[in-house]
Amino acid sequence: MGKSIAENIREDFPILHTKVYGKDLVYLDNAATTQKPTAVLAAVEDYYKTCNSNVHRGVHLLSQQATAAYEEARQKVGKFINAAYTHEVIFTKGTTDGINLVASSFGKKFLHQGDSILISAMEHHSNIVPWQMICEERGATLKVIPMDENGVLQMDALPGLLDETVKLVSVTYVSNSLGTINPIREIIQQAHAKNIPVMLDAAQAIQHFSIDVQELDVDFLVFSGHKIYGPTGIGALYGKEKWLNMIPPYQGGGDMIKTVTFEKTIYNDLPYKFEAGTPDISGAIGLGAAVDYVTAIGLDAIQAKEDELLHYALEQLAGITNLKFIGKSAQRASVISFLIDGVHPYDLGELLDKQGIAIRTGHHCTEPVMDFFGIPGTCRASFAFYNTQSEVDLLVAGIKRAAAILL
Amino acid sequence: MTINEQQDEIIEEFELFSDWMDKYENIIDMGRELPLIDAQYKIPENLIKGCQSSVWLHPEYTAGKILFTADSDAIITKGLISMMVRVLSGHTPQEIIDADLYFINTIGLQNHLSPNRSNGLLAMLKQMKMYAVAFKSQD
Repeated sequence: MGKSIAENIREDFPILHTKVYGKDLVYLDNAATTQKPTAVLAAVEDYYKTCNSNVHRGVHLLSQQATAAYEEARQKVGKFINAAYTHEVIFTKGTTDGINLVASSFGKKFLHQGDSILISAMEHHSNIVPWQMICEERGATLKVIPMDENGVLQMDALPGLLDETVKLVSVTYVSNSLGTINPIREIIQQAHAKNIPVMLDAAQAIQHFSIDVQELDVDFLVFSGHKIYGPTGIGALYGKEKWLNMIPPYQGGGDMIKTVTFEKTIYNDLPYKFEAGTPDISGAIGLGAAVDYVTAIGLDAIQAKEDELLHYALEQLAGITNLKFIGKSAQRASVISFLIDGVHPYDLGELLDKQGIAIRTGHHCTEPVMDFFGIPGTCRASFAFYNTQSEVDLLVAGIKRAAAILL
Repeated sequence: MTINEQQDEIIEEFELFSDWMDKYENIIDMGRELPLIDAQYKIPENLIKGCQSSVWLHPEYTAGKILFTADSDAIITKGLISMMVRVLSGHTPQEIIDADLYFINTIGLQNHLSPNRSNGLLAMLKQMKMYAVAFKSQD
């Protein structure tokens, strides 16, 4: 028996005691962003109070302390995903920034006329649009692994899609709108058998279960700090050293150079080559604290609690008349998309909000997924380890009350 | 009734409700009563697409006054637009251009008009004022 989530875990998250419209907040929008524990808030505040200074170039003590704290955060993130080298971790603004970086830099180096990039049918817009932009620029095309009506990738289509034109596969580990956990080991294995590198969008995975980039043998992986209890505006890109050395810098500026003359600039080594300008120092330190916090609780315990909440919620929601689930993968994270027949998701979201229950409604930045199911959007409840079964009960009661008004 | 008299009437109606759910039931009821836009006007040109819900708005300019009809795919949005229609429809372009819609704030629904709300309501209000400007310039 491993660790379990402490009874008083909610005490770590001050915002969970908020009242909205006079009611206790029921926060079920964790797939959009997670709440921040006091440990993260304190780390950010402590940085500004004790060692705020610019990194990497100061001879003075505060700058050295800030640099040490920033680089320690990089080590924590590297260790968290088991990167072989700390310099394989690049701090970014978030998942979107990381994908844009790889799309731009990898695309410029390796994508040519007639080539293609392979994504899946359940990608977030942030793993579609950057590829469309670079494909357009390079005369390449975007290909898509299809999914079935359960929201599961049609893996039998993959071998045929992985032809010689494919230069990179970029897929999401977990679907943000359907909750599906994709068979990424099989995708990586098949792609690698044809010498095609793979990038994983781990924005919806990193907070739910442990990820070992070496064991996965993944070439690039991106995630956002704010989805794993860290601050907004910070994220990480992992890339295998060989790939990061081969692709050109993304942005030019300070910190990413070794020497600059008007004739030629020599770029800095990894990871600085990809970190132009003053980085989000406090954000990185906050992310380091978030990784520490999650590690101390244990991803196994987190996964077990979230699985329990997921299955309890699926069971309870299934009892609501006319409720249908969008996405029915057996392998899923604690994300549930649903609709009530005859009820617009926006209306349901509004009436849940007025009862203090925060869910997300709309297309969740996955318009192609909504088009596939022929719906304008869904209601999405997403759970974190600090949620409770009684919050699930409040959600179910809230939906019933709203449906009675709306139908 | 003037635009402001209409607004004051809505404010008075909402004073009956202290609970948010009751307020919303009232909005939904108003949505159900909204005269539906004629099917021939429910066309892409009249569509104001929000990220979450969509609004159709059709203006008719007769005898110096603008008559609005509208619809939405979401019932709460429909209730909100029905209030806009109730307040602004049947007035002259100048009255609509000059209108200060204070009732939204007073009844506590201002968040529906903030730019981060994507129900199409703010865009619809802008569109109503733009129609007023356009019809005025025809005169």
